Amino acid sequence: MPPRLLLLSFGVAVPVVLGATFGRDVDRWTDAERAEIAALELPAELVPPTDPTNRVADDSAAVQLGQRLFFDARFSSNGKVACSTCHDPAREFQDGTPLAEGVGTTTRRTMPVASTAHGTWMFWDGRKDSQWSQALGPWESPVEHGGSRAQYTHLVATYYRGEYEAIFGRLPDLARVPAHAGPVDDPAARAAWARMTALERDRVTAVFVNMGKAVAAYERRIAYGPSRFDRYAAALRATGRAPEGVLSDDEAAGLRLFVGRARCTSCHTGPLLADFAFHNTGVPQAAGAPADAGRAAGAAKVKGDEFNCRSRWSDARESCAELEFLADSGNALVQAFKTPSLRNVALRAPYMHAGQFRTLEGVIDHYDRAPTAPQGKSELQPLHLTDRERRQILAFLGALSAPLATPDSLLRAPLQPSAR
Amino acid sequence: MTSILKRGAMIAGGTLLFLGLTGMAAHHLIPHRHVPSASEFGLGPRMSATGRYQATMETDAPLRTGRILGVRLRIADSTGTPVDGAVLTVDGGMPQHGHGLPTAPRVTRALGDGRYQVDGLKFSMGGWWELRFGITNSAGADSVTFNLKL
Repeated sequence: MPPRLLLLSFGVAVPVVLGATFGRDVDRWTDAERAEIAALELPAELVPPTDPTNRVADDSAAVQLGQRLFFDARFSSNGKVACSTCHDPAREFQDGTPLAEGVGTTTRRTMPVASTAHGTWMFWDGRKDSQWSQALGPWESPVEHGGSRAQYTHLVATYYRGEYEAIFGRLPDLARVPAHAGPVDDPAARAAWARMTALERDRVTAVFVNMGKAVAAYERRIAYGPSRFDRYAAALRATGRAPEGVLSDDEAAGLRLFVGRARCTSCHTGPLLADFAFHNTGVPQAAGAPADAGRAAGAAKVKGDEFNCRSRWSDARESCAELEFLADSGNALVQAFKTPSLRNVALRAPYMHAGQFRTLEGVIDHYDRAPTAPQGKSELQPLHLTDRERRQILAFLGALSAPLATPDSLLRAPLQPSAR
Repeated sequence: MTSILKRGAMIAGGTLLFLGLTGMAAHHLIPHRHVPSASEFGLGPRMSATGRYQATMETDAPLRTGRILGVRLRIADSTGTPVDGAVLTVDGGMPQHGHGLPTAPRVTRALGDGRYQVDGLKFSMGGWWELRFGITNSAGADSVTFNLKL
């Protein structure tokens, strides 16, 4: 019997022969794998959910003002720190360093900005519940911008009065407002804030809040774009067949591990490859850093946050279901940190909430070994990957890199400097 | 022929690896949970653990991922009589992924006729979710578990 006929006597022979003739083994996907892959594909247009707490979230004038504020280093105690100092658009809106450095050094890694409008909670510990309230935190942090809201309000009045008033209405009279005042660490600014009347404080805070809402309008426009992986997934979905020449053998094998045995989609799910929820993955404490409780502390902070969804500074105080049903207790929150998107992940080392891993190899090694968590309980289980499988996952992560789906004009400091 | 042999070897190898992993998981006391059979999934009716109650979930629309949802839970005793005045707790998670619910859902209203409004549910991703309701009333405490495929 010729070998070919012998093969045909087996039920599996036809697909094997076809596969050998027309494609790679690595491109053969089960229905379950196809469904997993389709769930990760970035749609042609992924519109972020509306943010009713920010009435200017989709206002183009607010986008422009927000962009200017984002790149303006005058909004700091030393005149040298803008949002873009750490969130550098040339570097995926991050800074490539383990701990962010503003006027001082923080205890956490700078998070990228793209597509954060899709998440419910901001920062690694989710201590803010909107993009606009997030933007306010670093401006008043003693180690980031280091300034005060009174200082910033004066700057808006001096340099951005026209743009600001066109969006938000008249600025208040600031004649009696001290140059530096706010609920910040600096004792002099704190004391000056305490001496102001409640009405004066509210007027200053209202301007400060609007600065955050303008920056959020800008940040909403920054989004991840389709990668080689998405081209592969789109073709697989549309034609039922894997396209040729889009993913290498290793990248496709890495994708199979990603949606399968390596269990990456346990958290890195959906078109942004993130569930935006909080998980303890047993990441070691940063060298020399104090223990970081992660979400356990962040949940308490967002509940009490001056600028949360239910605060009087929110434009939708009645629709705050996420805050109303916030999970704020239990061991699962201890040392849990927010799942970041894996889009463009290969372009932004180091990794984890304090840059504990210098390379993606280090990250993959961590998930493979699944060590005991320094606090709380890790959700990981050892994966027992071979060296080859680790390399394949690494290769696949590289196939997630793509230019941002954001106009170039928004990815740099505004061309027209504001009037002085 | 070689392909078939290779494939057979891979399947055998995979099976051994799977059994090996299962063994290891048990060894390390890591909960290893198998997906229940299809008949164990759905909105009920489901019997509580010790058979005191029978519970059914009601939804106005199919359950979806990524947003806060509300459902109604209808509870009857073993004779089919609606149970009002029960105190309910809500818990759950993804057994295969080792994490709980991303929100803290709770009963927000008793609707009468053995029905309760449960709000604040959120399923952060697709897959197998467990939803456990603790039920306490004069008939005693018990719990009922739903398996949901999102």
